[in-house]
Amino acid sequence: TARIAPGTATAAAGSVADLLRASQLPPETLHQIRELCGAKRVGYFGPTQFYIALKLIAAAQSGLPVRIESIKCELPLPRFVMSKNDGEMRFGNPAELHGAKVQVPYLTTEKNSFKRMDDEDKQETQSPTMSPLASPPSSPPHYQRVPLSHGYSKLRSGTEQMHPAPYEARQPLVQSEGPSSGGPGTKPLRHQASLIRSFSVERELQDSNSSYPDEPWRITEEQREYYVNQFLSLQPDPSSFISGSVAKNFFTKSKLSIPELSYIWELSDVDCDGALTLSEFCAAFHLIVARKNGYPLPESLPPTLQPEYLQAAFPKPKRECALFDSYSESLPTNQQPRDLNWMEKTSVKDMADFPVPTQDVTDDDKQASKSTINEALPKDMSEDPATPKDSNSLKARPRSRSYSSTSIEEAMKRGEDPPTPPPRPQKTHSRASSLDLNKVFQPSVPATKSGLLPPPPALPPRPCPSQSEQASEAEVLPQLSRAPSQAAEGSPAKKDIPYSQPPSKPIRRKFRPENQATENQESSTTVSGPASVATVKPHPTVQKQSSKQKKAIQTAIRKNKEANAVLARLNSELQQQLKEVHQERIALENQLEQLRPVTVL
Amino acid sequence: MAVCVAVIAKENYPLYIRSTPTENELKFHYMVHTSLDVVDEKVSAMGKALVDQRELYLGLLYPTEDYKVYGYVTNSKVKFVMVVDSSNTALRDNEIRSMFRKLHNSYTDVMCNPFYNPGDRIQSRAFDTMVTSMMIQVC
Repeated sequence: TARIAPGTATAAAGSVADLLRASQLPPETLHQIRELCGAKRVGYFGPTQFYIALKLIAAAQSGLPVRIESIKCELPLPRFVMSKNDGEMRFGNPAELHGAKVQVPYLTTEKNSFKRMDDEDKQETQSPTMSPLASPPSSPPHYQRVPLSHGYSKLRSGTEQMHPAPYEARQPLVQSEGPSSGGPGTKPLRHQASLIRSFSVERELQDSNSSYPDEPWRITEEQREYYVNQFLSLQPDPSSFISGSVAKNFFTKSKLSIPELSYIWELSDVDCDGALTLSEFCAAFHLIVARKNGYPLPESLPPTLQPEYLQAAFPKPKRECALFDSYSESLPTNQQPRDLNWMEKTSVKDMADFPVPTQDVTDDDKQASKSTINEALPKDMSEDPATPKDSNSLKARPRSRSYSSTSIEEAMKRGEDPPTPPPRPQKTHSRASSLDLNKVFQPSVPATKSGLLPPPPALPPRPCPSQSEQASEAEVLPQLSRAPSQAAEGSPAKKDIPYSQPPSKPIRRKFRPENQATENQESSTTVSGPASVATVKPHPTVQKQSSKQKKAIQTAIRKNKEANAVLARLNSELQQQLKEVHQERIALENQLEQLRPVTVL
Repeated sequence: MAVCVAVIAKENYPLYIRSTPTENELKFHYMVHTSLDVVDEKVSAMGKALVDQRELYLGLLYPTEDYKVYGYVTNSKVKFVMVVDSSNTALRDNEIRSMFRKLHNSYTDVMCNPFYNPGDRIQSRAFDTMVTSMMIQVC
C-alpha cells in the first residue's frame, strides 16, 4: 500500500478498484470482497483491508465462496489481468482458470523485497503474487512479500509499460511454472522468481542496461565499483567532494551536450553545493551512462539514485550479486553490438588509448597485467598528476578491469580527449615525469596488451620526432631562407632540453642533434626519417608498434600532432635564437672590419 | 501571483524571462525593459551599501493601471523583475519579498551548476519549476 498511496497508508480507491477489476471476478463478488475486507466500514483501503481483499480474490478465483473463513485455508495466488486499460490482456486467462499462477515477479529473496518497492514501472510488472496469508500478521516471509505485491499492484494499476507481447510470451512460461510451483511456499516462489528472471533476461524487449528487467536507474555492483574508481581518480579521498570544475571537465568528456550535462548535474547535486560527494558522483555518472545508452533523462532523481539510497545500498554488495549475475550476463551480449557501433564512430586514435576495454573485456591475462600497470600507475600519477594524458590513461586502466560494458562506453567517450596536442608541449618540458613513466612502462610494455603500448611508447619517441621533425622543419626553413640557421638548430635544441632534464638526458640529446645535423646536411628527412634516425631506446618500441598497424597509425598521428605542437613552440624559440645569432654575426663582422684595417696597416 | 518574471543580467540583457501566456508577451518584455531604468535609478540612489537584504529588495518600481512591477537586485548586479497583477491586492510586501528570496535561492542553485556559464540563458528545469509555481500560485 505504500506504493498505492504513498504517505497515506491507504490505497486509493481508484487503483484498488482497478486491481479488483483486473482479477476478473464478477462485480458482485468484488462487491462482497470489498465489504468483507472492511473497506466500507472504515471507508478506505488500509493495509489490512488490502490484504484481506487480495486473499478473498484468491479465494474467489479458486472457486471458494467469498467468506472470511475461506481465506484461512491455503489458497493459490490470486490472478490478475495486467493491463493499463482494464480488460486488455486476457490472453490465456480462461485457460488458466484451473490454477496456474500468472506471474511471479521477482520475488527472489526478502532482501530484494524492499528494493522492489522502489521499482519503477517496467515491462515485467505483472500480477502480484499473494502468498496466502492466514491473516495480516502472518509468517514473516509472507509478510515481507506482501509489500512487494502491493508495490506491484500499484505498478499494475498505474503502469504505462504493459506490453501485450511480452505478456503473451510469458504466459506459456508461467504456465509451465505454475504446476511446478505447487504450494505457496517461499522456496517455490523464489525458484519461480529466479526462473522467470532468467527468462526475462533473455527477452529482447528488455532494455539491456537494466539490472533487473525493470530498473535502468539501479546501479550494479560493477558499475558502482567503476564509478568509485573514477571518483578516486579525480579525488583520492572518497569521503570528500569533487569540485564543480573538476567534475565539469570530467563529465564533458562524455560528449553529452552541455544542457544535458547541466540537467544531469541538477538532478544529481542534491544539496546544490556545487560539489559532488561519492554518492552524488555515482548518480551523475550513472545518469550519464544511461543517457549515452539512449535513456531519456528522468524528470526527477530516481529513488535508487538518491545519495541516501546509494550510501545505504552499497555497504551490502553481496546480496545483490545473484541478481547482477543475470544482468552482467545479459549486458555484454547486448552491449557488444553497441560497442561495435561506437568503435566505428570513434576515431582510430581514440582506440589507441582505449582499445583494451573493448577487446579485452573478458581476457583475464590482460586484466592481470593491467592490474600491475594500474598499481604502477598511481605512483606515476602522484608524480605528474597534472598531465591530462596520464590521467586519461589511468582512467583507461581501471576501466579495462571492469567487466561491465559501461567501461567500454566510458572508454569510448573519453577516448577523444587524450590525444589533444596541447598537453604535449608540457611533456616535452617536463621530461622528468615523462621519463619516469617511460621507465615504468617500458619494462611492462612487453608484458602488456597492445592497448597499453601506445601511451608509453609515445613518450620516448616524442623528443626524437621533435628533433627529427626539426630536421624536417629545417627543410622547410631553408625555403624561408633560414638555411644558415640549421646548424644553429641543433645546438639550441640541444640547449633547450638539457635545461629541463635530468643529467642523463642531455647526453642522449647530444647524440640526437648530431644525427639530426648529419641528416640536415643530407636533407633526407622524411616522416620515416624519425623512425630510422631514432635512437636505440625508442626504436624497439617503434618496432613493436609497427607490428600492429592500427597502433602504428595512431602513434604516427599522435607523433605528428605532438611534433606540430612542439615545432610551433620550437619555431618561435629558434627564431629568437636566429636573431641572436645574426646579431652575433653582425657584431663579429664589425669587429673583423675594425680589426682588418689595423692589420693591413 | 506573478504575471511575469524576469532575470536580467548585469549588462542588462535578459537571462530568463517568462510570462503567463494569456497576454501579449511582448508587452511584458517592454515593461521589464522600461523598469530597468527605474532599477538603475534606485540602485544608484541607494549608494554603496548593498549588502543588506533590505537593499537587495527594491520594492515597487512603478505601477501601471493594470500591473505593478517589483524589483530586486543581487550583489552581482543581477536583477530580478516581477510583474504582478494590480487586481491582486492581497499580495503584500512580505510575500513579494519571499518570492524574490525564492528566486534568488533558485538562481544561486543554477549558479552552482558547473555547466552553467554566467551570462548564459538560464535553462534549468528546477528554476523553471520554481517560477511556474510562483506564477500559478493564487494569492
